[in-house]
This record gives sequence, C-alpha cells and structure tokens, in this order.
Amino acid sequence: MNASLVNSFANIIHAATAIGLYHFLILGALLFGLGLYGLLTKRNAIAVLMCIELMLNAVNINLIAFSRFVAPAGLAGQVFAVFIITVAAAEIAVGLALVFAIVRDRLTSSLDDLDWLKW
Amino acid sequence: MSELITLLGQSANDIVYAAWFYFLAAIVLAAACGVVFKRNLVHSALLLAVSFAGVAGLYILLEADFLAAVQLLVYSGAVAVIIVIGVMLTQREAGAMPVSSPSNRLRLPAALVALFLTGLAVWTVLATPWQAAAGPAPESAPAIAQSLLTDFVVAFEAAAILLLVAMIGAIILARGKEANKTA
Repeated sequence: MNASLVNSFANIIHAATAIGLYHFLILGALLFGLGLYGLLTKRNAIAVLMCIELMLNAVNINLIAFSRFVAPAGLAGQVFAVFIITVAAAEIAVGLALVFAIVRDRLTSSLDDLDWLKW
Repeated sequence: MSELITLLGQSANDIVYAAWFYFLAAIVLAAACGVVFKRNLVHSALLLAVSFAGVAGLYILLEADFLAAVQLLVYSGAVAVIIVIGVMLTQREAGAMPVSSPSNRLRLPAALVALFLTGLAVWTVLATPWQAAAGPAPESAPAIAQSLLTDFVVAFEAAAILLLVAMIGAIILARGKEANKTA
C-alpha cells in the first residue's frame, strides 16, 4: 500500500519534471485560448491586435516544440516559425496603419463604433 | 534528496530544466493574462513585451537560439514598441487611459468558446501518440539559412515581397486621404 502510493507519487513527479513535447503543446494551447478570449472580448482595436500577436506566439511555440521533439532533422518547424514572425510583423504594421486611418477619420478606436456595414 | 532523485530516475539537469520551464511558462501565462484582463491599454502593451521575452526564453529551452534572438529583436523590440506608439497616437482624451481597454458584452460566450477550444486542444495533445524522434538537432542558424535558400526559397522571396507591400501599404494608409491627394 505504502510502496504503491510512493510509486504513483513518484510517477506524477516524473511526469511533471520530465519536460517533453506535451508540456510545450499544452502551454501553447493555454496561450492560444487566452489570446482567443481577448480577441473576442476586447473593444479597443489595438488590444485586439495584441491578442492576435499572443495567438501567433502560441503557434510558434507549438511549431518549435515539434521541430525539437518530433522532426529535429531539417528544422522545418523553425523555418515555419520564421515565416510566421514575418507575417506577424507585416500584419501589425498594416493593422496599426488601418487603426490610425480610422482614428483620423472617425475619432474612435473602439470596434463597437465601427459598424457602418450593418443595415 | 539524492535518494529522491534516484527514485525519480532523473538527473539534476532534468530538474533544473523543469524548473526553468515552469518559471518561464508562469511568466508567459501571467503576462498574457495581464494583456487580456487589464483595462489599461499601456499596461497591456508593456505586459505583452514581458510575455514575448518569456517566449524567447522558452525558445532557448527548445534549443532554437536563432529564433530566440529573432523573438527578442522583432517581438519584444519592434512589435512592442510599435504597439506602444500606436497606443500613444490613438488615445486622445486626457485621463481616459485607465479605462482605455474595456471588454464588450460577449464575455461569457467568449469565455465558453475559448475554454471549449482550449480543452479540445489539450485533449487532442494528450490523446495523440506523438512519434518522438530522437536525434541530434543541427545547429540552428546555419541550418535555417540553408533551408531558407534551398527548399523554401520561393516562400522566402514571397515573404520579401510581402514585407515590401506591407511597408508601402502601411505608409499610404497612415498618411491619410488628404496627404495622398497632394502627393
């Protein structure tokens, strides 16, 4: 009884301290979920852009974890992450320029006021 | 202590690695929570830079040293700074900054959707039998350079065009209608 208890305890500790692919993937999932929640609930356009960056970071963590643990030979995961970083930089630049244009024309950066396409 | 370590069948290195992982993961997730739940946009922007730096630390744990440097330069440096500038240029009312990033009425459905998707992702991760490939990873910067200019050269050129288009587009959009007319 006592020995099996110690054994299962040791197993839990072992699973928690032997950091592998699962730990990084679960961290990525949690970060993605947080970013998604912010994306859906924020009113300010810049806050929404920040949450998109969080989600892209979560994806990058996943890709690099795959590159490290599943396919370490060609580093394809890291190359994908380079492209995601490129696209994220382009996205934040164009997104902020759009926000600037809207603020200049409409004097607001609140997404709830941007409903001109509603009928 | 040494009996415990032998019982776990792990070296002290593994435990140090695990400690670093949990430390960095806690920083990343706590800063991300701050980004999402803070109502002050400036606090969100600064916590975003902290979160990016934590992710760079995780990249070092994953032996991706080149990407860790890129993460620090591009995200913690450029993106965080450009977002802070964006906040500065778009918040006009004096004294409105503490409530500059409110949440909308969709909090409950958004929480349900995010929780559902996160649960689904975690369940998928745990249920999938990943094929771990043990092998020495090549040194990251030369290997990335090699594949960027051989296997991924078309995507590399497309990314270059994308950056040029994004730069021109951002300038034209940010200049506004009147300035573009006179130019």
